[in-house]
Amino acid sequence: MTAAVETAQTTTIHGDRVSLLRVLGPAHVWALGVGIVLVGEFTGWNFSADKGGALAALIVCWVVGLLYTSVAMIDSEVTSTVAAAGGQYAQAKHIVGPLMAFNVALFLVFAYTMLEVSDAILLGDTIVAKAGIEGLTHNSFIAATIVVLAWLNYRGVLMTLNVNFVITAIAYVSIVILFFSVSPWTQGAVLKLNELVTPGNALPYGWIGVIAAFQFGIWYYLGIEGTTQAAEEVRSPARSLPYGTMAGMITLLIAAAMTWYVCASLMPWEYLGITYYPLWDAGKLTGSPLLENLLFIATLLAALASANGCINDAARAWFSLGRDRYLPSWFSAVHPKYRTPYRSILFLLPIALAFAFIADLNQAITFSILSGVLQYTFMSINIMMFRKKWPLGSIRRGYTHPFHPLPAIVLFCLCMVTFFAIFLGFGSQLIAMTVFYFLISLWFHFYRYKFVRRGDQFSMPWPKPQGY
Amino acid sequence: MARYIPPEQNKAGQILDIAVVVVAIFVALWLPLKLGLAGAAKSIDPLDAKTWDALGQNATMASIWEKLGYTPETAHDIIQNRFHYIIDWPTLIIMAIVLVAYFVFLFRASDKEYRDVINEKFDDK
Repeated sequence: MTAAVETAQTTTIHGDRVSLLRVLGPAHVWALGVGIVLVGEFTGWNFSADKGGALAALIVCWVVGLLYTSVAMIDSEVTSTVAAAGGQYAQAKHIVGPLMAFNVALFLVFAYTMLEVSDAILLGDTIVAKAGIEGLTHNSFIAATIVVLAWLNYRGVLMTLNVNFVITAIAYVSIVILFFSVSPWTQGAVLKLNELVTPGNALPYGWIGVIAAFQFGIWYYLGIEGTTQAAEEVRSPARSLPYGTMAGMITLLIAAAMTWYVCASLMPWEYLGITYYPLWDAGKLTGSPLLENLLFIATLLAALASANGCINDAARAWFSLGRDRYLPSWFSAVHPKYRTPYRSILFLLPIALAFAFIADLNQAITFSILSGVLQYTFMSINIMMFRKKWPLGSIRRGYTHPFHPLPAIVLFCLCMVTFFAIFLGFGSQLIAMTVFYFLISLWFHFYRYKFVRRGDQFSMPWPKPQGY
Repeated sequence: MARYIPPEQNKAGQILDIAVVVVAIFVALWLPLKLGLAGAAKSIDPLDAKTWDALGQNATMASIWEKLGYTPETAHDIIQNRFHYIIDWPTLIIMAIVLVAYFVFLFRASDKEYRDVINEKFDDK
């Protein structure tokens, strides 16, 4: 029996004990992770070119890829061992403590809800740009996207992630088709990298621009760690989660490299850095109507897949908070028919809608990145504590990541660089959000925690941690 | 260790707690937007001569701008809109202090709570 099966938790609805359904396989895990992230290739990553030039965007593509490889390695080990809904939240609860778990869940909810908001804004803007009708605004498209996807999530996780698998695969294949359609092995015919990225403009702001570019470099991969949210709904967490996460990361590294190469070879960095649709623009610049339309549709599908996965993940993190009484237990209800955390899904819906109308794309992306980086900082410390409290051999791990503690150190250092990058653009927001987390932590520690059962929070069948 | 029995929270208390969290979320995310604190220092460095050459665009770049529907005049504000990275040391120091203080509090308070959890869970082991 896997650890996850042993720890599957239930919620009582009308006297019946119901739990989330274990129906997902590795392909769904891949679809959840890549589905959330792939939109980053269609918009967002290119703002790193604005921050530091085209070469800076490539440098951060690889360096931030290293950050996320560390995230995927660390996450695969911890999650294949702590397989419970809430992902990193459940990890924090078992390894660091309740207050950290509360904060991590909020990081997750913020990161995914703001990512969902960004996706909906992108989708609305893309449709408006394509329609070219004067007076048409993105508001109705944004509202329809968020509401319809929330409904899909309400109706069931299997259908939600089946949809995600299909639309993510189509969006991914469109990048591959674009890449091979522009003869990537030949410069000069369609691609003109040598003439667009020159020694004089490759790093227009020097190395400070490269560091600043980290802020949006995160967008290449932000959300891959969301695979862990499905931990309680996969049939074999110890196998499916590491496999799906690592396969997703490899997929994304390839997509990111192809995207940069094609886009940087087709448009000047000043334009690349400000467009909302770099891949759609790349399709247009090839001169092929087929590619243009394919990339337009793929942009919409990528935004849909991402928003869909984000609703799934944010709701599960919120649901977990309710189930452990960190927030009112009302949120921990599982739908008696669809077996989904429906109250959490419905509660987060108006919050996403509100921010979709008051924030612009750039700001929503930054909100999401801020919470993501706070979470990655936690993960680098979390894995050190995990190995110290339960050394190798003391408990059964589904996967053991190599080279420990190197990935944790790399992750921590790159998080510090990213905080500095955020400071260069959104320092006030970083301070405001950290102050918010500080105050809400005080509220939790000194007030809310009294409603929480103590020993029940530790649900893993592990021995007592070393040092306690 | 005696098992901790948490108090039951009434409905009004639950609603109040939800309201506190929602208001805090909105204040944290919305206030910087409202106060105009979001966004990096970016401004246009204007040029008198608005030609592709003056804008630093070679023939290939100019042809792509034109394909995208831009002229040197309309592309000027995009190309010349530049970041001016200046490290504001007092803000950087405040940010570092806030972040470090937050994480220190988080780990210390979590550890205190965690010890209670472990003591109760493994009380008889």
